[in-house]
Amino acid sequence: MKNFKWLSPTLYILFLMLPIYWLVSMSFKTTNEILGSFTLWPQEFTLSNYITIFTDPTWYNGYFNSLTYVMVNTLFSVSVALPAAYAFSRYRFLGDKHLFFWLLTNRMAPPAVFALPFFQLYSAIGLFDTPVAVALAHCLFNIPLAVWILEGFMSGVPKELDETAYVDGYGFWHFFVKIFLPTIAAGIGVVMFFCFMFSWVELLLAKTLTSVAAKPIAATMTRTASTSGYELGLLAAAGTLTIIPGAFVIWFVRNHIAKGFALGRV
Amino acid sequence: MIEKTVNQKAWFLVAPVVAVVAFNALIPLMTVVNYSVQETFGNNVFFWEGVKWFEEILHSPRFHDALLRQMLFTGIILLIEVPLGVAVALTMPRRGPWVSVCLVLMALPLLIPWNVVGAMWNIFALPDIGLLGKMINGMGIDYNFTQQPVAAWFTTILMDVWHWTSLVVLLAYAGLCSIPEAYYQAARIDGASAWAVFRYIQLPKMKRVLTIAILLRFMDSFMIYTEPFVLTGGGPGNATTFLSIDLVKIALGQFDLGPAAAMSLIYFLIILLLSWIFYTLMMRNEAQ
Repeated sequence: MKNFKWLSPTLYILFLMLPIYWLVSMSFKTTNEILGSFTLWPQEFTLSNYITIFTDPTWYNGYFNSLTYVMVNTLFSVSVALPAAYAFSRYRFLGDKHLFFWLLTNRMAPPAVFALPFFQLYSAIGLFDTPVAVALAHCLFNIPLAVWILEGFMSGVPKELDETAYVDGYGFWHFFVKIFLPTIAAGIGVVMFFCFMFSWVELLLAKTLTSVAAKPIAATMTRTASTSGYELGLLAAAGTLTIIPGAFVIWFVRNHIAKGFALGRV
Repeated sequence: MIEKTVNQKAWFLVAPVVAVVAFNALIPLMTVVNYSVQETFGNNVFFWEGVKWFEEILHSPRFHDALLRQMLFTGIILLIEVPLGVAVALTMPRRGPWVSVCLVLMALPLLIPWNVVGAMWNIFALPDIGLLGKMINGMGIDYNFTQQPVAAWFTTILMDVWHWTSLVVLLAYAGLCSIPEAYYQAARIDGASAWAVFRYIQLPKMKRVLTIAILLRFMDSFMIYTEPFVLTGGGPGNATTFLSIDLVKIALGQFDLGPAAAMSLIYFLIILLLSWIFYTLMMRNEAQ
């Protein structure tokens, strides 16, 4: 029994990898091969799908747009969430519990509910079709999540640290930036990972708030799939490329990932 | 738990968060409330309708069906993903070089854009060009998820299990890693069975993270839109039209703003109510 313990994670990972393998292998096939015959791996290995993406601005601009709003959102969400999470983890103030729950309710709001009002709101303030609009809209669910996770990590830091620093004559901001933030550096890394993740994978709002100039890569894909026939190879190549930033980011936080998913509350 | 001090100035620290989230949440929410009590024929002319749309939605079979499908879907994926996730986490290595490999590979599906997940499963499950579709048909089972409702449900659920079970695995794994080795030694000395170790040591230690897992999975699966939309488009017929898909159809497809807004509010309230129950239970656990 004990010797077969590796079997279950292995089978599970195999199950996870199969659809990804199929996508990657399809991205190296020609359209003829995809539609004409059923092959387990590319018979005529081709890079043409990737070349199309890297040479056509409508394709590669999609990546730049996506990465722009994801990064703006991540930096913004984390910087406003840090002081708030500190307040929730250290102080009791009027309405704190209600406020915390209200923040969380925004994580529960279905994006479908907000799609149309968001479109009108961001059109009205002249931000429609800019990466900033998407970055701001994604704050709706990323800030509550960031506050929630950071609060978990900060509550794990003993309060004596704050008190000692204040006794030593540190002012609040000086202590916060110079001493407290480095202490929870791992937590901040994890939160940035989560903000990146949820902003990167979300599409409904990103698609609603952009039309041409700031179109995210994922939306470019849907358009291509529907208008110019079914160019499956191209679609697969674009899909494969969207996996890479995620894989890259996971690698950085791999040692903290489990604790991060537990919102720092293990 | 940290002893907290009373400090009303803490409001200054949370003010930026409140401002940004309120801007994003309250203005759109008021827009939705506005639409939900009015009728419009375009040109920005609105008529007061009171609670008419709410009554209509609450009595419409279309909404009932979508809600029922949604609950069935959420129920099924919770029943599969939670036990499966715990089982995988229990058998994962605790230390050594394989830990990182397992974690990175398992987290991968979580970082793929949702429409790519849908597109990937589409080409994976298509009966003529997909690996899964070919395999199932090769076993002599007639399978075509674009035409058979049962196959569409099977594919959608399998896709969600593929996409999100890792979240439960990672959470359960984090809980398991926090158990000191001494607990297991004590259990060995007492001659405890594997089941007893699970029931009295591992499960209680995972309780907190599992509550988070169930809460997150409940909320997210209840809002699911992009993946089934790309995979099946809500079809065949209305077989996989969940609440969000139906809502977008009404709001952006037919532009029936009143009914769509009323439905949005009812939808949101259902999630809020159920999540509040979870949240209260969770907080009670933490207080203990």
